[in-house]
Amino acid sequence: MLQIENLHVRTDGRDILQGVSLTVERGEVHAVMGPNGSGKSTLANVIAGRPGYEVTEGAVRFDGIDLLALEPEERAHHGVFLAFQYPVEIPGVSNMEFLKAALDSRNAAAGEEELSAIDFMRRARGAADRLDLNPEFLKRGVNEGFSGGEKKRNEILQMLLLEPTLAVLDETDSGLDIDALRIVAAGVNAYASPDNAVVLVTHYQRLLDHIVPDYVHVLVDGRIARTGDKALALELESNGYGWLADPAS
Amino acid sequence: MSEQNQAVHDRLAREYSAGFVTEIESETLPPGLDEDVVRAISAKKDEPSWMTDWRLDAFRRWRTMPEPNWAHVSFDPIDFEAISYFSAPRNKPKSLDEVDPELLRTYDKLGIPLHEREALAGVEKPQIAVDAVFDSVSIATTFKERLRDAGVIFCSIAEAMRDHPELVRKYLGTVVPVSDNFYAALNSAVFSDGSFVYVPKHTRCPMELSTYFRINAENTGQFERTLIVADEGSYVSYLEGCTAPMRDETQLHAAVVELVALEDAEIKYSTVQNWYPGDEQGRGGIYNFVTKRGACVGARSKISWTQVETGSAITWKYPSVVLRGDDSIGEFYSVALTHNAQQADTGTKMLHIGRNTKSTIVSKGISAGRSQNAYRGRVRMNPGATGARNHTRCDSLLIGDACGAHTFPYIESRNPSAVVEHEATTSKVSDDQLFLCAQRGIDPEKAVSMIVNGFCREVFRELPMEFAVEAGKLLEVSLEGAVG
Repeated sequence: MLQIENLHVRTDGRDILQGVSLTVERGEVHAVMGPNGSGKSTLANVIAGRPGYEVTEGAVRFDGIDLLALEPEERAHHGVFLAFQYPVEIPGVSNMEFLKAALDSRNAAAGEEELSAIDFMRRARGAADRLDLNPEFLKRGVNEGFSGGEKKRNEILQMLLLEPTLAVLDETDSGLDIDALRIVAAGVNAYASPDNAVVLVTHYQRLLDHIVPDYVHVLVDGRIARTGDKALALELESNGYGWLADPAS
Repeated sequence: MSEQNQAVHDRLAREYSAGFVTEIESETLPPGLDEDVVRAISAKKDEPSWMTDWRLDAFRRWRTMPEPNWAHVSFDPIDFEAISYFSAPRNKPKSLDEVDPELLRTYDKLGIPLHEREALAGVEKPQIAVDAVFDSVSIATTFKERLRDAGVIFCSIAEAMRDHPELVRKYLGTVVPVSDNFYAALNSAVFSDGSFVYVPKHTRCPMELSTYFRINAENTGQFERTLIVADEGSYVSYLEGCTAPMRDETQLHAAVVELVALEDAEIKYSTVQNWYPGDEQGRGGIYNFVTKRGACVGARSKISWTQVETGSAITWKYPSVVLRGDDSIGEFYSVALTHNAQQADTGTKMLHIGRNTKSTIVSKGISAGRSQNAYRGRVRMNPGATGARNHTRCDSLLIGDACGAHTFPYIESRNPSAVVEHEATTSKVSDDQLFLCAQRGIDPEKAVSMIVNGFCREVFRELPMEFAVEAGKLLEVSLEGAVG
């Protein structure tokens, strides 16, 4: 479904990704790990099309489409979703209004009918319930005055409603206490299916105790230094990332 | 017109849908202003001699006054001799049934119902009485009879002068004196029509009242005068809308609105101002130089201004409240949006005279394109204003990096027990917000309009429901092309 080939990316005058290749198929859960500054978030942002990143080499294809040629909103319409590391506030715009606009534009792009207000409310309430969020939460401004944990749960809420085919979760575990982490993980696990794929970008192994990945990739200095299964994450947990930086080890 | 010009023209036409011209035979005075013109206007309206004298007094004062130059706007000097001060459709209707069908079509096109049928048939639709002012005259006022049953007078000010001279004479010019400022003096001399409202004691006006102002004629100024008097213990909500055709020449609109609230009375005045803003290069558009002021004369009275300003090439406007009665309340909620080459200098004055008077100011300025948007506000606590309070919140939102937002607050407190609070913020529609929206599939134009609407929420919720929806749509249209 997602093919990343030899991806090189520059931002702020620095080469961040230096030849990343990665293939993700439907039904798979991938974890991308690595030390700070290794390029994990850059990878997530380039897939979603955030402005400010220059792809100097390589390609990203999504179901055969050249993803890099599409606007961010078109990528979203094709089913690419990014859960943000630092979700921004949109004061005065209610979560509900925002979610409805997102869903409406996706449905419009797919040539589907707009969801009625009642159906939308039912789905939004259902999703909030699964994430143990008070329905009042839907009436508040987007991320306005939300705690760190609420912001992250709100990202997952959006994922549950938009039902993407590829969900990239950028450090969704950071800032979550253990209870919130369990709730978020349960939401992701319930969502993951043979029809979609999840890419978890994370610094720590602890998220992977709750969401078990099929593949673990370790990104070091803009390249995938190693790929393995869950055991690799545990190895990193005990040995750190240092040993991977040295090609001799 | 070349193909490209046609494309540009079409695009503009789409952006400003009220920009059409009505072909109708009009009677227009030749350009220029002297005492004879003032007398001619007064004569056309069959005014009593005290009114003619009042106008002439205003005219003589106006001639001695300098044009204000302190606002943060710039424009070429206005040639007051090039303006025609009176224009009216030739066939003056005597009743609604006689209104020229062309005029009815004009208001239909603008979405303003000038017939009572539809409203009578629809049970759910809230009923709104409309006074329609076309260039210099009021052409129709709906629901007059129903209002009369409730004791409410709602008519054009020319009619009021004829049918209720005692009320007009008692209140006209009491809130905005003839010599208040340059444009108010000009208006006092040449005003041709406008709306008059009187709500009797202990009466809640049974429906929303509204005036719809339309400039149609070329090279004509519009100088309307509105006077609203809410007697003791009464309540009225009044809406005002305005549009004009698209023309390359600028046009002057210098209105005066006076509100009088007696003891325990409340007036809610809402404006959605959508005068033609000029084109992208800043050619044409309306100069909206307006004096609006309300007097809370009686104790516990309340005046609330809500304005959504999206149109006009230049806006110079400060709806204010004089808080004379003890425990009276003044409010000002404003959204001012400027785009392309528009300039706005708008805000309010809250003058606290009575004890325990309270005022609230919420101003939301949005600047896009190369526009300049200034908030100017004065809060004064007089020595007698013991226990008075003001809270001001002034937020600016910038879209792009070629526009400007400015804040000029003036605070004077002469009573040590008075409390004045001022908060101000400036923010930008951030790339991160736009990217969040895009990532969720929302295109940039829709995203900007959603973000701007959210920014204005506090003000929009003060508007009557159907106006709030209208205002939201208007912002969306006014912002077209704001993100490149």
